[in-house]
Amino acid sequence: MSISKFLPIVAASTLLLTAISMSPGIAETVRKGEIAIDDVWARASIGASRPAAAYLTIRNEGSEPEVLARIESSVSAMAEVHEMTMTDGIARMGPAGAVQIPAGTEVVLKPGGLHVMLMKLKLPLKEGEKFTLTLIFENAGPVDISVPVLGIGASGPAQ
Amino acid sequence: MRAIRYTLWGVALVALIVVAGHQLSHFLGTDPEEVSGFRPTFTLVNHQGESVSEATYRGNWALVFFGFTNCPDICPTTLAEFGSVMDGLGDEAAEVTPLFITIDPERDRVENMAEYISAFHPSIVGLIGTDKQVADAAKSFKAYFERVQQESAPDGYTMGHTSVVYLLSPDGYFVRTYQFGEPPEMIVKDLRERL
Repeated sequence: MSISKFLPIVAASTLLLTAISMSPGIAETVRKGEIAIDDVWARASIGASRPAAAYLTIRNEGSEPEVLARIESSVSAMAEVHEMTMTDGIARMGPAGAVQIPAGTEVVLKPGGLHVMLMKLKLPLKEGEKFTLTLIFENAGPVDISVPVLGIGASGPAQ
Repeated sequence: MRAIRYTLWGVALVALIVVAGHQLSHFLGTDPEEVSGFRPTFTLVNHQGESVSEATYRGNWALVFFGFTNCPDICPTTLAEFGSVMDGLGDEAAEVTPLFITIDPERDRVENMAEYISAFHPSIVGLIGTDKQVADAAKSFKAYFERVQQESAPDGYTMGHTSVVYLLSPDGYFVRTYQFGEPPEMIVKDLRERL
């Protein structure tokens, strides 16, 4: 069997994949092992002196519990999952620690709940740009995701 | 005669209970939703460096939110919501002033407050003040805030704060609160019925 036979298929697949990944607004699901990640977005920051927030959904499609141990980012010196808790109308925010994702469940990071807090930004997050977050799972290992930066007024992922 | 005396004592006792209960509920910082008829006051500085008070904004309805500019989650969400409400009101937006009062007087100054709020909507007014001015303003709204030491946070601390949005009438009286996450279109609808 010659390699040339496969070339058209490879070329067509590559083209198709490129087209999908380039189509604006359609966020692709990132998978590794039993973990699937989507609805990824961040809000544009105001300068680089304040912390920014990124949001996403993590699904554990396996039969074993998974743990999101830590996060690294190309745009900030420190990235952690923080949780906003509301008690009697008072909002408090603090590190959520390692995030447990029981088998067959999903954890949603969204405004007013969990978020990836990007601290010590190296540069402002500008609307329309993308940056990389590396989520480090105990079982699935590191997973790179591309985070689109939406406008300052965004409240959810791009449709 | 005796019956009248007993009746008067009864009335006095009821009045005492009502007054005491009212004072106690103030003291305990009751949910403002339940305490109508109060009129918050404040002396602060706006994001253009001018001294202002509650009287500055009389004549307009006011949407008031307490927060801080290092807040990456609920403050941007609420201020973006203010922007959507103001856009949603169209011409009637002229009758509403959105106010963002810092509860982080240590970090929030005129310059960074101006930079922060201008990112959301041109109509939003940012208010800063001294520790005491900010504490007095929050107390007047029966709003709560606290400083929380947190090693990983910028500058080693973060703030906890009341997350509701207050609505004040044009004569400065508390009208109601909107909970965090109330859709902007619902706030627009509610305001339209009052304007």
